Order: sequence, then C-alpha cells, then structure tokens
Amino acid sequence: MEFPILSLMLAVPLVGAIACLFLNAGSARMVALFATLFNLALGVMLWVNYDVGGTQWQFVERAEVFAGFSYALGIDGIALMLIMLSVFLMPICILASWDSITKRVGEYMSAFLLMEVLMLGVFAAQDMFLFYIFFEAGLIPMYLIIGVWGGDKRIYASYKFFLYTLLGSVLMLIAMLWMVNEAGTTDIPTLMQYDFAPGAQTWLWLAFFASFAVKMPMWPVHTWLPDAHVQAPTAGSVILAGVLLKLGGYGFIRFSLPMFPEASAQFAWLVFGLSMVAVIYTSLVALVQEDMKKLIAYSSVAHMAIVTVGLFAFNVQGLEGAMVVMLSHGLVSAALFLCVGVIYDRLHTREIHRYGGLAINMPKYALFFLLFTMASIGLPGTSGFVGEFLSLAGIYEVSTTVTLVCTTGIILGAAYMLYLYRRVVFGTQVNDDAARMTDLNAREWFMLAPIAAAVLWMGVYPESFLAPMRADIAALDARLARAASAGDAHLKLGEPKAQEANYIAPEHSEEGAH
Amino acid sequence: MNSILIIVFFPLLAALIAGLTNKAAPSVFAKAVTTAALFISCALSWPIFLGFVAGDLTATVVPVLQWVRSGDLAFDWALRVDTLTAVMLVVITTVSALVHLYSWGYMDEDPDQPRFFAYLSLFTFAMLMLVTADNLVQMFFGWEGVGLASYLLIGFWFRKPSANAAAIKAFVVNRVGDLGFMLGIFGTFLVFGTVSIPEILAAAPAMSGATIGFLGLRMHTMDVLCILLFIGAMGKSAQLGLHTWLPDAMEGPTPVSALIHAATMVTAGVFMVCRLSPMFETAPIALGVVTFIGAATCIFAATVGTTQWDIKRVIAYSTCSQLGYMFFAAGVGAYGAAMFHLFTHAFFKALLFLGAGSVIHAMHHEQDMRYYGGLRKQIPFTFWAMMAGTLAITGVGIYWLHAGFAGFHSKDAILEAAFGRGTEMGNFAFWMGAFAALLTSFYSWRLMFLTFWGKPRWIESEHIQHSVHKTPEEAGADTTGGYHPHESPLTMLVPLGVLSLGAIFAGWFFSHAFLDDAGFWQGSIFYNEALMHQIHAVPLWVKLTATVVMLLGLITAWWAYIKDTSIPAKAAEQLGPVYRLFYNKWYFDELYNVIFVKPAFWLGRQFWKLGDVGIIDRFGPNGVAWVVEKGSVGARRFQSGYLNSYALVMLLGLVAAITWVLF
Repeated sequence: MEFPILSLMLAVPLVGAIACLFLNAGSARMVALFATLFNLALGVMLWVNYDVGGTQWQFVERAEVFAGFSYALGIDGIALMLIMLSVFLMPICILASWDSITKRVGEYMSAFLLMEVLMLGVFAAQDMFLFYIFFEAGLIPMYLIIGVWGGDKRIYASYKFFLYTLLGSVLMLIAMLWMVNEAGTTDIPTLMQYDFAPGAQTWLWLAFFASFAVKMPMWPVHTWLPDAHVQAPTAGSVILAGVLLKLGGYGFIRFSLPMFPEASAQFAWLVFGLSMVAVIYTSLVALVQEDMKKLIAYSSVAHMAIVTVGLFAFNVQGLEGAMVVMLSHGLVSAALFLCVGVIYDRLHTREIHRYGGLAINMPKYALFFLLFTMASIGLPGTSGFVGEFLSLAGIYEVSTTVTLVCTTGIILGAAYMLYLYRRVVFGTQVNDDAARMTDLNAREWFMLAPIAAAVLWMGVYPESFLAPMRADIAALDARLARAASAGDAHLKLGEPKAQEANYIAPEHSEEGAH
Repeated sequence: MNSILIIVFFPLLAALIAGLTNKAAPSVFAKAVTTAALFISCALSWPIFLGFVAGDLTATVVPVLQWVRSGDLAFDWALRVDTLTAVMLVVITTVSALVHLYSWGYMDEDPDQPRFFAYLSLFTFAMLMLVTADNLVQMFFGWEGVGLASYLLIGFWFRKPSANAAAIKAFVVNRVGDLGFMLGIFGTFLVFGTVSIPEILAAAPAMSGATIGFLGLRMHTMDVLCILLFIGAMGKSAQLGLHTWLPDAMEGPTPVSALIHAATMVTAGVFMVCRLSPMFETAPIALGVVTFIGAATCIFAATVGTTQWDIKRVIAYSTCSQLGYMFFAAGVGAYGAAMFHLFTHAFFKALLFLGAGSVIHAMHHEQDMRYYGGLRKQIPFTFWAMMAGTLAITGVGIYWLHAGFAGFHSKDAILEAAFGRGTEMGNFAFWMGAFAALLTSFYSWRLMFLTFWGKPRWIESEHIQHSVHKTPEEAGADTTGGYHPHESPLTMLVPLGVLSLGAIFAGWFFSHAFLDDAGFWQGSIFYNEALMHQIHAVPLWVKLTATVVMLLGLITAWWAYIKDTSIPAKAAEQLGPVYRLFYNKWYFDELYNVIFVKPAFWLGRQFWKLGDVGIIDRFGPNGVAWVVEKGSVGARRFQSGYLNSYALVMLLGLVAAITWVLF
C-alpha cells in the first residue's frame, strides 16, 4: 500500500483543530498557519505525484468499516484540482483572519481547520456515505463561523444558510439510501458506472438537484448567499465563495451527470432556464447594490450559472469550461472578498459610498483590485476568460439561444464590476477617513500576490490545470454521449457559391466604365 | 523574422517595469524605458514592412506558447507576420513611438507619469497581439487587452467624474460588440471545428451554400457568422449604434486620443474584416450590412462633426466618419483601399489629434474652439502641422498629376471603388461618402479657421481667465486678455513633424502597393483584381467628385467662418431642429439612457427588493420559519404541563386504541 497522503492531509488540520482549542490566541494562529501551510505542501506533493494520463483513481485508500460502509479515499484529476484550490486558499484565510479576529481565536482557528478537513474529505471521499458525512458536516463549522464571528445580523444569516442547505440534504440522503439498496454498493466509482433505470433516475436526479442547486447556488434558491457573505467574517466569505460554492458543481459532475445521464439530459432545459434567469437577474441585482460584499455575492450567482450551463452542455468544452470557471471563480471571488476585507479592516464598513479615491492613497491595493476585477469580468489573459469561453463555446453547440442570453453576462458583469471599482477606487477622496487609510501591508500583500499569480497562470497557460482533468472529463463525456442532444445549429451543407460576393467578371470591366 | 518577438514583447516588458516601479523611481526612468522599447519596436517593424513592399518576405508564424486544449478546440499563443500584419505593425509602432515621445512634453506636469507611460506601452503590446493573431481567440485577447488599456487611459485622470463615466461607457459599449464577436467565434468553431484563421479562410468557400440554425431561425451560415463578427468590429471601431463611447473617450489625455482613438485601436474592426476578407466574401448579406453601416456611420458622424465646438470632439467624430469609409470600402470588396485608408488615416489623424493637443497645451487646457482664434502667428509650427493634416484629411490633390496629400489617394480610391462596384449598395455608399467628404472638408476647415484665423477670442475662456487673472470686462478691448500662447516643446514638435511627412507623402508613396499590387498582399487579404481595374475605369466626374466637394466644403467654411462670421449663428437658427439634432449627436445618448441604462437599474432594484426580498425570502426561508413558529405555537398547547390534560389525552388515546383493535 502506498503512502496514505490523503489521510495525512485530513489528519494534519484535524490535529491542528484539536490543538487550537487548547491554545491561546497567538499560538493558535501560528498552529493554524503552520498546519495549513503544511497541507499546502502536501497538496503540491499530491499534484506533483499525480500521474496525468494514469489510472482514473489515484492515491486510493480503503478500509472497510461496517455493513458495506467503508473509509475509502481516492482522487481523480477533477478532485485533485479542487483539493489544490482548497489547500491553496486555506493559509490565505488564516492570514486574512490574523488581526481582524480577536475574540475566541482558538475556537475560530479550530473551526477553520475543521472546515479544511471536511472540504478535503468531500473531494477525496470514494464512499457515498463518507461523502455525505463530509458534505453535510461542512455546514457546521461554517454555521459557527458566521454565527459566532459574523456581523450584526449573523444569527438570521446563519439560520437561513442552515435551513436552505439542510432542506436539500435530506432529499439527497433518501436518494442515496435507495441507490445503495438498488446497486448494492456505496462505492462512488462503481456507482458512476451503474446504469439506473431511466424512470428511477428522474427522482434520484431531482433529489440530488435539490441539494446541489442550493449549494451552487442556483436561482431562485440563492438568497442565502448574499446574507451569509455579508455577515461572515472575511475569511469565512473567502472559503464560502472559494470552496463551498464549488461543492454543488462538484456534486453535479461527480453524481448527477455520470450516475443519471438520461435524467440529466431530460432536465437540461430546467438547468438552462434557471441559469439564464440567474445570469440576467443576479447581474442586474448586483448593479444596484450598495454593499460591496453583497455585490460580489450576487456576481457569484451569475458566475455559477455559467458553470451549470457548461456542465449540462454534455460536451468536453462545456465540462472543462465549467471546471475552469469553478477554479477561477474560487480564486477571483476569494480575492475580491479579501480586497473588501482589506478596507473593511480599516474602516469597518462595507458601504460603497463610504470609500472613493483609493487609487490615491492605496495604489498597490488599486492594482490588485483592478486585476481581480478584470479577472471577474473575464478579460482574456486571466483565468476568468478561459473558463467562461470554453463553457459558452460548449453550450453554443447545444443552444444558440442559451448562449446568447448567458453571454450577455459579459456585458452586465463589466457594468457592475467597473461601476463598483469606479466608486471605490476612482473618483476624488470624498471621505476623510477613507483617504487616510494606508496601503497594503506585507501580510496583505502575501495574501493577494499568490492569488494574482495563479489567476494569470491559469489565464495564460491553463494547460497545467486542464491536463490532469482531461482524461476524467473525456470519460464523463463518453458516458454522457448516449444522452447528448443534437443541438439547435443543425448545420446543413449546400452547394457552395461559385463566386465571391464581390466578384466582378473580368470581361465586364470595360463595359462597367460606361 | 524572430524580431517580431522583440517588437511585441518589449512594450509589455517596458509596461511591467514602468508600472511596477511606478513612483519608486523618478518618472524619467519609466518614460525612458517605455519610449526606448517603442522606438526599438518601431525600428524593427519598418524593415519588415519594407521587406513586404519589396516582395522579399513571405508570411510566417512564430509560435510562442500553447494556450488551450479542450477536446477538439485548440488554440495557441503565436505571432503571425504577413503583409496585412506588417502594415499594422508600422502603423502601431510608429504612431505609438511618436506618441510616447510627444507625451514627454504634453504630460510633463502630471504627477502620475509612470502610470501613464506604462498604460501606453501596455496598450501597444495588446494591439500588437491583436494584429499578429493567428487564431480568433488570440485576436480576441488583443481586442480585450486594448479595451482594458483604453479604459485605463480614458479614465487616467480618475479624479474627474466625467473621465470615469467615459471609461466605463467605453468598456461596456465595447462589450456589447464583444458579445457578437464571442458568438461569432463559437459559431465559427461549431461550423469549421477550428478557430485558426488560415484554416477557417481556406474552408470558408465550401460553406458558402450552407445553412444553420440560429436562435431558432434557419439562416445562411456564413452570413450569420460574419454579421456576428462584424458586430464586434462595430463596437471596437465605433460604428453607428455602438459609436457612442468614442466621443466621450476624448476625456482621456490627448496623446491617448491620437494613439488609441484615432490611429490604432479603433481601426481594429477594419483590420478584422480585412483579415477575414475571404470569409466575408462568402457572405453577401453580411457584406451588404458592412457597406450599409459603414456608409451610414460615415455620413452620420460627419453631420455631427460640423456642429461641435470642442476641438477634440470634432476630430473624434471625424475619426468615426473616416472609419465608416474604411468599412464600406471593405464592404464593396476593396480591402486594399480600406487598409490603405487605415494606413494614411493613422498618420494624418494622429497628426490632427497631436496638433490639437499642441493647441490645447498652448491655450492653457482650453478645448472650446469658440475661445480660440488668430493662433496662426502664435504657434506657427503647430499651425503648419495641422495644415498638413487638414490637407490630407480633406483629400487635396490634383488628379491629372496623380499627386496629392495622403487622403487624396486613399479616400478617392474608396469612393471610386464604391462607384465602380456597380451595385445599388455600392452607389448608396458612393453618394453617402461623397456627401460626407463635403462635410469633412467643411468641418476640417471650420476647425482650422476657428482656431488659427480671425481675431483672438481667448479672454472668453475660463481657463485663460484663470491664467491671466482677468475677467472679460477687465480685459476690455484686448480680447487676448494679455495671454501669450507658447509653442510646444521640441518633444511635441518632432512627432508633429514626422507625422506631417506621413500625411503629405504616405499616400503618394504607397498608393501602388496597397491598391494595385496583388503581389504585395500575398493573399493576406482578398484581393479583387477586377474591382481594382474598375477603379481606374470609372468616369472622370466620379474621379473628380472628391476634389469638387472638397473645394465646396472649403469655400463654405471660408464663407461662414472668415468672410461673414454671422452666418453660422443665422444658419443654426434657420435650421433649428436639424441643427439641434446634429448638435445633440442625434440624441443617441439620451435614447440609450432611456431604453437601456435606466431600465437596467430599475429592473435590478425590482429583482432585488421585489423578487429576492419580497417573494423568494418571504415565501421561502422566512415562510418556512413562520410556519414552524406558528406550528410550534400550536404544538405548545399540547404540552401545557397540566397533569389533568395529559391524563385526558391519554384516556382518549387509550379509547381510540381499544376501538381500533376491537373493530
């Protein structure tokens, strides 16, 4: 048996989480930072040792527990990328909380490390019930982070978050029980190959959809997100936007699509419809927000709609695009929340109109914020473009109408993000206290610079991120092929025209002169 | 031809160095680094261009880096150099290098110079990536990159609300065009299975009879694709409907207007249509659209240009109008003429903008021509440079000698091509173009006369009043207010001088290569041999039309702005509604505000307050909470804690159970 690196990656933050409970504030911070950095190093080793083009499931660990339930871990390229995203963001979260969290620091760090354990567990789990446990337990630390260290209306926000996400989970659990009963296994790779009867697929798909749509979040079950973001502390928002929002998409790509291909095709219209509404609706809502975090939260919903259309395009571009949008959004929205956090720490308000003219006193900050704004808009050369482009290119093969509607997101996205940027960073210094704010300190620089580098890397050379996922996406695409729709383009070849449009017969040239 | 790597990436490197050191180093460092990089790029570009003119070079592609592989969709970073690219290379690097130099003088007092020069170089890099693209996606990268640089430079003076508004407007309106461009790329990939430009162009003729579904309708494949791509071109090149951002973009510093909003970026759309010309030639309807939009823009922008007072806005509308010429030239199949006009226009329009900048510099930032006058003697070098630009744009030349200023060669070729094409759309474009040429001459001379002739009207300007600390009343009869305009420094005059040479000679010198030499283009554009013959065969009156309308415009402007200066006011009064229509830019901004901007914000508020809060939350989570709360109130009644009520319930339950079991 090879070295159980995945278990180690779960154990390190778990040990850290327990240790933090008993430590004072200063040591808890150090322990948390060390644990997350150590996990990042393990993640890098994981990536380096991942054999691109090798077997689908790597680093597999399995221990039977009881009654078919097993502690089974293992990753494919898709999971690898999401694990990398998680371990990359965690140390940044700890840094972001360094000064801003002053009460119950030990418990706070403990909650974050526990969060990391559970997130990694979700992506690494190969047993369906193990997945379920990680998937649902992730609610608890997040609930605490919002409810204990959040803003003024944290209780309302945390309950709303909990209510919404729990609602879907219950249905999903019932569906899982039925599936295990039917297929006789809890092993996810086996289930991904199992063909459920189309009639059963319909109900199973809907049950899973209830959970994933909320997690995504899709319109109209998105209203928990703005409240949760607004009330959560900065690092909470980072992890929420960076990783937790990816659980829905991961669920679709791991469960709904491979396990219920026929039902997925059958309900594609529903996903497209909700996504189209989401792009227009939430983008317009983002346009009128006065609260920075709310604005970015609404923009997340619009971006996630691009993920869902990409996933249900049933082709390689759509699927890979959706994955890249998820990774990119994980980086970019996390960075945008960090940017909000940087100035929130100084002025303790998220109201846009309380700022202005920050380019004058915070030029470094303005540059980072600009980069992430542009990445959010999907400027080519940043990560945002690659995903959006592939996703929309994928969906174009299915429906031009959906593509047209979803592509309007690039216009609306530019409008609300630039409007935000203008009000916060440009203009004159209307508020004295905002004008006195200092530029990024070293800690903040170290939070933002790695993300900036990753965003550009993914934008210029996305091959690093696409290569590990290629075989898995291809396998999924092959499985979906039987249910894929023909698309609405229906290219029909015709007799080519003999001449160019502006063809002028040479012999007429004299005659044309009159 | 690996020098292309240096040409393209030096400006990027310079931009990074200048931008990241920013204020850590003296601003002269950033200025020197960026300017040097651009002059190196420029020096390396000319040999490539002249190599193509001489026929020594052939098209090459220099690979740089793999970009994206996704299923059968693959595209890389690569630099393509062919004749069409070479033309753009010299235009971009020459104007950019000169603008960098010019900015040493023009931006001398600005505290943020490193940032300015970094943006300029960044823009140049993006523009070079655009024109060297070997696939549509890299073209889109450059397309968006120049959009970013344009946004940053329009909003360079970010303390000004008007500059910020203009910057956002430019970006967002361009994104509307980009929507079309992106859909066009997706459709092209769907149809051809590739985004590589050479492969698409090779496969396009075979698709000319194909049909495709789009938004539920069945259409000609190539027409759909080309129109979608052209929508992108309309945004970038400020064609009618998507033009509203360009005049506002004049909020940026004047060197920016010269580089981005005259010579290079706004011509990207024309470049795109020419680059894809074999593809457009398979799409007759799309070409009709191109011709029509081009001709309509050409006349529309010219009408507005005749009434504006801001010197930069006049030139901006002029640019818009000249781009219209280029598009309808492409539309009728005269891609060589379109590129030729792009080439000459870059020189004389950059010259006019930089000249205007020099005037503005001399007049203490005043941009309103009503407060100019009599500047000929004060700033003679600027005057003569502007004169060269005006002679070029109005197309002064003598047909029988076949010699004239730059615009004479290129604009006349376009009008002749439109006429020579012989279709109704071609004739429409010809007449629109001819009338626009009349207006071009009129507004260009109007600009010259208002600025350089007549009596000084300087003291009316607030900027001048601030400078001389006098009000018009205090100044009395001395309408100069005692202000002394100074000629600009040498760093600004040298670019004016060089561009003047371009405005005077570029047309005459390169006319043969661009228009009559299929060998020059080497297949990098669709070269229509028969149409080029038609140009030479059009009747004499067609050939003289441009010259005649140029003279008419000159005489009218002279009459109204020198001979009898009361005419303009009278004409404005007489033609009230028409004048107001032109003066208010045909009310496009007002219209868009009412049908797009306001509804977007209104809808956003409705979706938020009514949709999210009023419906989803109310009946969703809050509704569930309400049900649970009310339900628990009900449930609480059963848990009163009174023993007797529990006993009663227990008794009832027992009775019910027994009843159930027994019966």
